[in-house]
This record gives sequence, structure tokens and C-alpha cells, in this order.
Amino acid sequence: MTARARALLCACLTAGLTAGMALPASAATTDWPMQPMEPDLHDKPSLQRGLSLYVNYCLGCHSLKFQRYQRTADDLGIPHELFLENLVFTGQKIGGLMATSMPEEEAKAWFGAKPPDLTMVARLRGVEWLYNYLNTFYLDPTRPFGVNNMVFENVGMPHVMMDLQGVQREVCRGFRPVDLLDGESVIVTEREPHCFLEVDEGSGKFSAEEFDGAVYDIVNFLYYSGEPTRLERERLGVYVLLFLALLFVFAYLLNREYWKDVH
Amino acid sequence: MAETDTGAPGRLTRFVAWLDERMPLTETIEYHATKYYAPKNFNFWYYFGVLAMVVLVIQILSGIWLTMSYVPSGDGAFASVEYIMRDVEYGWLIRYLHSTGASAFFLVVYLHMFRALAYGSYRAPRELLWLIGMAIYLVLMAEGFFGYVLTWGNMSFWAAQVIVSLVGAIPFVGPELMEWVRGDYGMSEITLNRFFALHVVALPLALVALVFLHVVALHHVGSNNPDGVDIKKHKDAQGVPLDGIPFHPYYTVHDLMATIGFLIVFCAIVFFAPEMFGYFIEKPNFEEADPLKTPEHIAPVWYYTPFYAMLRAATFPLFGLSAKFWGLVVMAVAIVIPAILPWLDRGKVRSIRYKGLLSRLMLAMLVVSFIVLGYLGTIPPSPTATALAQVFTVLYFAYFLLMPWYSRIDRTRPVPDRIP
Repeated sequence: MTARARALLCACLTAGLTAGMALPASAATTDWPMQPMEPDLHDKPSLQRGLSLYVNYCLGCHSLKFQRYQRTADDLGIPHELFLENLVFTGQKIGGLMATSMPEEEAKAWFGAKPPDLTMVARLRGVEWLYNYLNTFYLDPTRPFGVNNMVFENVGMPHVMMDLQGVQREVCRGFRPVDLLDGESVIVTEREPHCFLEVDEGSGKFSAEEFDGAVYDIVNFLYYSGEPTRLERERLGVYVLLFLALLFVFAYLLNREYWKDVH
Repeated sequence: MAETDTGAPGRLTRFVAWLDERMPLTETIEYHATKYYAPKNFNFWYYFGVLAMVVLVIQILSGIWLTMSYVPSGDGAFASVEYIMRDVEYGWLIRYLHSTGASAFFLVVYLHMFRALAYGSYRAPRELLWLIGMAIYLVLMAEGFFGYVLTWGNMSFWAAQVIVSLVGAIPFVGPELMEWVRGDYGMSEITLNRFFALHVVALPLALVALVFLHVVALHHVGSNNPDGVDIKKHKDAQGVPLDGIPFHPYYTVHDLMATIGFLIVFCAIVFFAPEMFGYFIEKPNFEEADPLKTPEHIAPVWYYTPFYAMLRAATFPLFGLSAKFWGLVVMAVAIVIPAILPWLDRGKVRSIRYKGLLSRLMLAMLVVSFIVLGYLGTIPPSPTATALAQVFTVLYFAYFLLMPWYSRIDRTRPVPDRIP
């Protein structure tokens, strides 16, 4: 099964059978049309960029306290010295866990709650959710940090990558067609206001494509950190199944040989 | 072999003879394997007993290795699981074997139990065998529950909270009893520690002892078979049943093949879908237990959901007792009611092959009810879901409570004297 088909099957099963079972209380469901996200653990440059962005934009508040620097460096193919020089700002050793330097008490005072550890956030919420979440911060002056989010309504987190993305707003122009049921047939009317997110031209360092890529890389990295042994697991699994399949052939033949004389 | 040529017994033979003088080695092997005569017509459904034993071994071995690195403390439990997943050599494999093993255990046990229902394996003279099996099932449910709590993820924590709070619904003694079970005023490290002790020492010991008794009782009365025919009625001059074959080697090679086939499916899940789309490892369990953060929807793992749906199906108080208490009663009775099957079945024949349409329909209805209830237990409660759960709870119980009636009036077909 391809990764895409597996993701689809997964999505159908979770949506169809366990609607609402998986999401934690804080993640209110929204009707935001989710854009798909297909992680790729073989894309090391993407994982390295994701790590770099994570360390620079996220690790200040969100620890990866179950993951070690060394394992990350080895898995992503980064020499230890280069890693320590450029990506470890806390004076920790290479074998240390990727903790955050933000004191818990102060974090609570600043944000109302301690920013959660994100080591396994991709397994908790799914990569698609993360990808859309990071892409849909928009200006909302009613919120304490001046921004709101389309996927996580009233989230208590600022738009930390605003300097990269620029200022994104919700804009409504005209109306969009909506299917309505009048009891007998479907009528298409243009009723719903047509709203979408738009970035102020030239307000960010990155173009729309570059920012999209950056978000992809971060989510791809978090997918890695959720289960760093994933590639090893799948690689080993192929050999285990081949071995068992071979063993099964011999067991089948042995069984047939013995049962020849049972009538 | 030079030694056999001279006519003198070989070294191994002499060693076995030495052992036999001091313990019943050969006798035991003969009694349980080489001279244990099993019916020759076992089919697919007869694999699940041995597969349950295979899973038990997987669970015990992987469990021993997990215990080497697991820390049963409030602060350390969740982190130690991730430590196993990341820092312990092949820790991820050991953990996934154990988590997948839990679901596999229930799957094979449910199929094993279905086999017994279909072929009437619970009926005389196998009532005690069936009761021991039911005891195994109860211990297994407790074992699975305690193990599920140990990872100290948020769903583990809250599911445990819900299940333990059921004890509190018992009239008069409930609240004190609940405190006694938890050892604290709320779910805490103390609760985690006692669950750990029960999960790794007490219940596995009970499980192994009961499985031993199950096999001893089985080999004493002999296996049933898909036709429900008693093979001991027709024996040859040596006392060997005409329709029986020695368990070893016939069924050992048979089971070896089945075991490898099972391991292929099992390993495919362990290596390629260990979360099983949130069914074997639920998503909220990737977040550490947080007493202040209730998951939006609390549901147990799939193998408890039929009973969870029945628990939630009780929605009204009765005789001055709360709906929650009646839910607990319905759930508990639903779990143990199969134990009295040997005394509910008044039919003339054992196997579904010779039972009439009525019995077949009732069994089909039980299976459908169990699956539908299992699904309903995973979704958030809604008026429709609750109404459906109530209907299927009644149907589930109907299979058992109406059995004395429908098994008697059912039109059975004549059972052959020997295995056809």
C-alpha cells in the first residue's frame, strides 16, 4: 500500500468509525477545509531544514524532552560538532534531551498554561492538522496576541513565524455557491460570503511558496520526532515478513507430508 | 548410530530412563501429546486456543523486557515508555510487540470463545473446562486494563478514572470502596504502583495457573470437534478412538503452520501499523496523563467497547438506585453470563452443524450485537447511539436468557454416530 493510500484508509477509518474519539478537548473542530500533507522521512534536507526552523522558532517555548540531540543529529546526518555549534544554544551536551530553556512558572504566567511538549504532537494531532494549523494564523485584534487561528480557534499562541509569512488576514469578497436542499432537489445559490486568507504583499521575508515549504519542513520534522525509529521499523519489517513467509512454506509442506495418511 | 548397533541403549535413552524413574516425564508427554487422541476433523476455528498460548508467551517475554526499563511512577512512567521507544535497543519493537499482543490476545480469545459457542464445546462433560476458560477471560480483562493504565498517557489516565469511578456507584459502600481501590482520593502514583504490581506479578501468575488447569481439564475430557461427536464411543482394540489422531505429530505440525501464519499477520501490524489507526494505541495516549485536561471523548480500547456500550445503555434510575449503578450491573452480568451457558443449553445436539435455524439465527444475532455494540462503544454518546445500544444489549442478553426455550424447541438434525 502506498503511503497516500494508507493515509486515506487511515483517514476514512478514523473519520468513519471513531469520529471525535481522537481529538483532545482543546482542539475544537472547525470547518476549515484541510489541505493534505504527505510527510517524507527520506527527504533529509527537508528534515534538516525543519529541525533548524524548530530550534529557532519553536524550541524556545516547546520542548522535545523525549528526544535527544545526538539521535536527531545521527538520524538526520548532521555531524555532532556542526550540530552543537549551530543548533544547541543551551550549553547542553550532545547526549542531552532537547529541553526548552523557558522556566515553567514564567511560561504559565505569560501564556496561561505551559506550552506543551511537542515530541509526539504529530502522533497526537496528525500531520495534516499541524500543517494547516501553522498555515492559518490570521490577524485578529480581539485576541491577546493579535492573531487567531482557523484550525485551533482562540489558540493561546502568538504567530511566531509572522516575520517569515508576513501579515495574513481573513478577507471576504463576494459570495460563493452553496448547495442547498429544499426537500426535493438540490438548489445552488450564491449565499455564503466567500472568505479566504490573504497575506499582505511583501510583508514577510518568504514568498507564499517558501513559507509553505517551511511549514512542510517543520511538520515533516515533527513527524520524524514522533517516532524516530519509524524507517528502521519498516525496513526491518520487510525482512521479518519475508523470513516468516519462507518459514510458512516449509511448515505447510511439513504439515502436508504428515497429514497425507489421515483420511 | 554405533550405540544402537551394539544393542545397548543410547545415552539419551538412558538419561530419559533416569529421569522417568524420578518424575513422570515420558508419561506426561504421552498423556498430553503423543498418546493424546484428538478428533481428526479440527478446522480453522481450532487454531485459536494454541494461538492464545502463543500470544501469552509473547506477552510474558516482551513484558519481562519492558519491566527492565519501565518506571512505575507518576513523573516517570510516561517518559520511561518513550525512553524504551527511543533509547533502549529495539525497545520500540518490544513495546509494539506488547501493545499489539494485547489486542491480539483479545482477538484470538474472542474467536476461541465463538468456536466454543458454535460447536457447543461448553456442554457436558466440558462444563468445568468452560468455567476455567471464563476465569481466564476475566483475569485477562483485568490484566489488559491494568496494563493499559501503566503507560500513563492521557487516555489511559482518564479511562482508568472512569472505570474505577464505577465502583463508586455501588450503593452505601461505593465511595469508600473506590478510595480503597485507588489507595488515594484520586487517581495517583499510588494507584499506578498497585496496578503495576497486579499487572506484572499477581495476574500473570493467575493467568498461567489457569491456562495450565484449562489444558489439564481439556486433556482429561478430550477435545470436542466441529461435529460435536463423542469420539471416545468408538475405540479400537488398543483403546484408541477410531476417529482420533495423536496430537503429536499431527496437530503440532498443524499448529506450527497456523502459528507462523498468525505471526505473519501479527508482525505486519507490529512493523507497519502498530497504532492500528488509533485502535491499538489511541492518539490521546501520546500525551502525558493530565488530571486537569479531560479528553473530549473517553473510550476504552476496542476489546472492551461492547461492554462499555452496555454500561452506557443503562440511562435511567431504578428502585432508587442510580443509572450508573445499573450500568455497572448490566456490564458485569454481560461479561459473566456466558459462564452459565452449560446449564442454559437444553438442545439435543452440541454442534451448530446439527442445530436448527432458530439456534443459528440466535448465534448470528449474538455476533452482530457484539460487533455493533463494540462499534457503539467507540463513538461519543448520542440519542440514536444510546437507543441502538439499548436494543442490541437486549438482543445480546436474549441469546443467553432465551436459550433454555429456543434450544429445546429448535428442530435439530440427526447427529452421525462417528465423524463423517
